Amino acid sequence: MKRKSSLGSRLVASPYILWSALFIIAPMFFVLYYSFTTPSGQFTFDNIMALGKYTGILLRSVWFGVLATLICLVLAYPFAYFISQMRLNTQQTMVALVMLPMWMNFLIRTYSWMAILQDTGIINRTLEKIGLGPVHMINTSGAVILGMVYNFMPYMILPLYSVMAKMDKSIIEAAQDLGGNRINVVRKVIIPLSMPGIASGLTMVFVPSVSTFYISQKLGGGSFDLIGDVIERQFQQSYNYNLGASLSLVLMVLILACMAFLNKFTNDEEGMVI
Amino acid sequence: MKENVIIDLKNISVSFGGEQILNNVSLYIRDKEFITLLGPSGCGKTTTLRIIAGFLEPDSGEVIFENKKINGVPPHKRQVNTIFQRYALFPHLNVYDNVAFGLRVKKTSEKQIKEKVEEMLALVNLRGFNKRHVDSLSGGQQQRVAIARALANEPRVLLLDEPLGALDLKLRKDMQVELKNIQQRLGITFIYVTHDQEEALSMSDTIVVMDEGVIQQIGTPLDVYNEPKNAFVADFIGESNILDGFMRDDLVAEFSGRRFKCLDKGFAKDEPVDVVVRPEDVDVVPVTAGILRGTVTSVTFKGVHFEIIVDVKGFKWMIQTTDYQAVGDEIGLSIDPDAIHIMAKSVYSGKYGDYSSFSEEFDELSEPDGEVDE
Repeated sequence: MKRKSSLGSRLVASPYILWSALFIIAPMFFVLYYSFTTPSGQFTFDNIMALGKYTGILLRSVWFGVLATLICLVLAYPFAYFISQMRLNTQQTMVALVMLPMWMNFLIRTYSWMAILQDTGIINRTLEKIGLGPVHMINTSGAVILGMVYNFMPYMILPLYSVMAKMDKSIIEAAQDLGGNRINVVRKVIIPLSMPGIASGLTMVFVPSVSTFYISQKLGGGSFDLIGDVIERQFQQSYNYNLGASLSLVLMVLILACMAFLNKFTNDEEGMVI
Repeated sequence: MKENVIIDLKNISVSFGGEQILNNVSLYIRDKEFITLLGPSGCGKTTTLRIIAGFLEPDSGEVIFENKKINGVPPHKRQVNTIFQRYALFPHLNVYDNVAFGLRVKKTSEKQIKEKVEEMLALVNLRGFNKRHVDSLSGGQQQRVAIARALANEPRVLLLDEPLGALDLKLRKDMQVELKNIQQRLGITFIYVTHDQEEALSMSDTIVVMDEGVIQQIGTPLDVYNEPKNAFVADFIGESNILDGFMRDDLVAEFSGRRFKCLDKGFAKDEPVDVVVRPEDVDVVPVTAGILRGTVTSVTFKGVHFEIIVDVKGFKWMIQTTDYQAVGDEIGLSIDPDAIHIMAKSVYSGKYGDYSSFSEEFDELSEPDGEVDE
């Protein structure tokens, strides 16, 4: 709105601008640079061409990400709704409980799941006792998706809860008043009104799911490589920064495309939550 | 005795968290009647409305709709519709879809829906607004959409919860007339909740005055204004001078140290009573001709009349007169017998009706405008 920003406001903004330049813009530039150069610094398309080899892994990453995101949505939606209907004090407690696991280290939580899902883990020992036999769970695609759902669930619940808690109760009452039964009210009012929350939740779960590497290594036992694993290996083992960067670039473009697609489904004027 | 009764509330009591919101409220509502629940914030009027709509179950008491008990019947199965305080339009739907909501839920054919919606939008003067987004409408227009949306369901009873509270004065007056017209044209029962006594007086067939969860008086606007039952009603509806007095005999009241002829009887001899005299019913006369005399302590020009405060033996009277009086003037007051209304003593005696602490500013501050009571 203001045409000239005062010296004061520029001073206040300067640390942020510096931060953005150093830690957002510069790394992006390096990603772009490495993607299109050889290790000796010559311009090349080879890295982009090499992507063909990883199409399968890329598709698997997307597929796992989509599955995990949808499972999160289906589980989180009713849960968030019930929280939003509770008394205010209880709501705050429930939200704190949802966030509680996030206070613990992500790696430790994933290790715990390894212990739980093992062939000799607590679940299988219990199953054996009641005669349902051991079920092989660790190192399956199911375990990887479980890990994603478990780790990223709060990112679905919180935006959904925050739209639902803000929803005007009298609008729901109006729908009931006009003859809407429970199903009608949910379908015609609550779901449309929670679209911004759904969109944020989908993005916030899909993005980390599709790019995760640790979960697939620990719970998938190396047999369900995701694109994140491949990228990690380029930097940590092969020292092929150029291929790693180009893979990252592709993943970034893919995620941006997904977000743009999601935004189409929500009203432009409503905007996203969180 | 009770003819055409559409809704009958019997001994309704409600409390939230230990606080009594409605205390043994009984009320019947006739078909096609315009009835207003009037009272200050927290008097239980909105709660009464929510019980009729089905959003709230009373702790005890019966809700009867056309001779059938409807306690426990969910809102979507009741033949009543509500106009909410802040309209509660669906923000994700346009005007047409908002109005069509109830009909769509009932699986009416799209052709019939179209006819009905057009009819309703014409009724509320919003023809051509079909595709407009509700957020782009003014408050008055949103209110009309809410009315059209409720009426499209052809309810037997329309519940209106302070529907005009958020509108400015001019628009409010227009909408009052319009609502009254719609009610008469469609011949449906309106149950109207407001804290605005003027609105209640000008629109209603029947006014129910409530305070602290108890019905204080039920009557026509004229009854409630002219024959208030207690000091609360006299003070809440219009302005009142309320004095301590005694009935010395039938048709004779004593207050302010003088005896007055009045039209009330049936009180015990020398019974202490509350005496109500409306400010517009006091005549200003020369000192010698007045039955009371006093000193003008303040004058406010109100357009149609002056509002003057007169100190008579320490009691401050409010008087409305078209003649200018100066502050400090000694004037005489005269009161006709039919201007005097006698009320039995109640818990409200002595709380209202003296203008010694009166100031415009205070009056405005204490006005419960726009508050949600519950």
